[in-house]
Amino acid sequence: MTSVLYDAPGPRAIVRSRVLSIVGIIVIAAGLVWLVLALGAPKVSANGAEQPGLWDASRWDVFLDVQVWRTLGQGALNTLRMAAVAAVFALVLGVLFSFGRASDTRWIRLPTTIVLEFVRGMPVLLMMLFILLVFSTGSFWAGVAALSVYNGAIIGEALRAGIASLPRGQREAGLAIGLTPIATRFRIEFPQAFRQMLPIIIAQLVVLLKDTSLSFVVGYEELLRAGLYNLTNFFGSRYSFSFFLVVLAIYLTMNLLLSWLARVIARRTGSRSGGVTPDAKVPPVKPVDPEIVYPAALGNQSGGAGIPSAGGL
Amino acid sequence: MDAVIENLPLFLEGFRNTLGLLVLAGIGALVLGIIIATMRISPVASFRGFATVYTEIVRNTPLTLVLFFCAYLLPYLQYSPGYFTLATIGLTVYTSPFVAEALRSGINGVHVGQAEAARSIGLTFGQTLSFVVMPQAVRMVIPPLINVFIALTKNTSVAGAFFVFELFGAARKVTNLRGDEVLAILLAVAAFYLLVTVSLGLIAGRVEKKVAVLR
Repeated sequence: MTSVLYDAPGPRAIVRSRVLSIVGIIVIAAGLVWLVLALGAPKVSANGAEQPGLWDASRWDVFLDVQVWRTLGQGALNTLRMAAVAAVFALVLGVLFSFGRASDTRWIRLPTTIVLEFVRGMPVLLMMLFILLVFSTGSFWAGVAALSVYNGAIIGEALRAGIASLPRGQREAGLAIGLTPIATRFRIEFPQAFRQMLPIIIAQLVVLLKDTSLSFVVGYEELLRAGLYNLTNFFGSRYSFSFFLVVLAIYLTMNLLLSWLARVIARRTGSRSGGVTPDAKVPPVKPVDPEIVYPAALGNQSGGAGIPSAGGL
Repeated sequence: MDAVIENLPLFLEGFRNTLGLLVLAGIGALVLGIIIATMRISPVASFRGFATVYTEIVRNTPLTLVLFFCAYLLPYLQYSPGYFTLATIGLTVYTSPFVAEALRSGINGVHVGQAEAARSIGLTFGQTLSFVVMPQAVRMVIPPLINVFIALTKNTSVAGAFFVFELFGAARKVTNLRGDEVLAILLAVAAFYLLVTVSLGLIAGRVEKKVAVLR
């Protein structure tokens, strides 16, 4: 990967790097083994009572209970339901925001810009509390509304960046063949911008899925509240570590699957977007690394998950 | 409005804690992120693998879960230095992969031709990095890094749900005391957050413009 930076390694350098690599593996593996053993060791608390280690069977036997799995499944379903509803609204809002932001009329553009700046600078959590208390919507809709407004703003900004990065000729051509400005935007510019920004949009949807866990603060029964608070309260703090690991595994599975999908789509659209005009000598739309070109669009609550960068060096 | 003015000391205390979390976790994440990024581009394969796995796992874990671990399970494992420190640890760990990715994308963003040109006029590996690649990479890295810190500012609010009295905690407390003026209170808290995020955003925009001229 960095072969540009130095000469191709000779036999001695190869050996040295291999030895270092093996030493590294040993150090990392030793650290992990130590961690696992330390967690598994029986604990002696201040009053001298001894508790079994974290891998002890007595800390994991709750998972034989069907009710535990039912609660976890219900929590995961609630998380997914909130994410799905919020994603739909976020996409719709994002499209509206991007049109408002790129509008030719000043009276539409300015207010939209102010609203977008306000929304993007505020924590989602505060927005949820705000919506819950001011509009008394109930926890589900408070979470959905906050997540869709916030992520809609970011998707809108990404779409606007996509529209702005198109060659001017696209718009001019649309106008020249007699389409109205709005029709040009809808039928010529927007589809191209959407396709180009699809990786960013999906990455943002992963963020949305992660951020549904914030709605536990306003009392929504999603995976985190169901799995960590309710189950621990019911079965006792003895099991809290086991519940934590299982909930973590469920979240990781959901998010990694979605990230993987984002990557697949990024690769597919990336290879296609170069050919807006097939006979052009220079590809009109440069393949971009979203993290560098549109960092403002990515200034998000918890950061975008996994779009691999194009890789220069 | 008077609910805001009456409780201004509470808000200011919350704001101080928010800034404290931001600065401490920011520095921590920067240090940890540099280590991770170095491992990620190092020639040693096992370090590279470890950094990749770490980045993937932490980036795909909700912040709420990380902070839950810090606030509930670390004390349960008999490590309890206080909730502020615990939240700082959680935010540091959560932010570090984003810092690492920003750094890495900056280094990757330097055009290959730059390194090739440096190599072809006979600069060594160290000279290439320190005179040609790094000066460009640092400039490209600053705007995305500021964006990571903007996100961190907003993320500190999650610590408010885990016993740290920062701005969000202050908002919750004051809205409980004064249910009649919720709107004014929340707008005031939002103003505090915007004070930090918007000014950071303006700095990022200015730096970006400067970098664009340089390239």
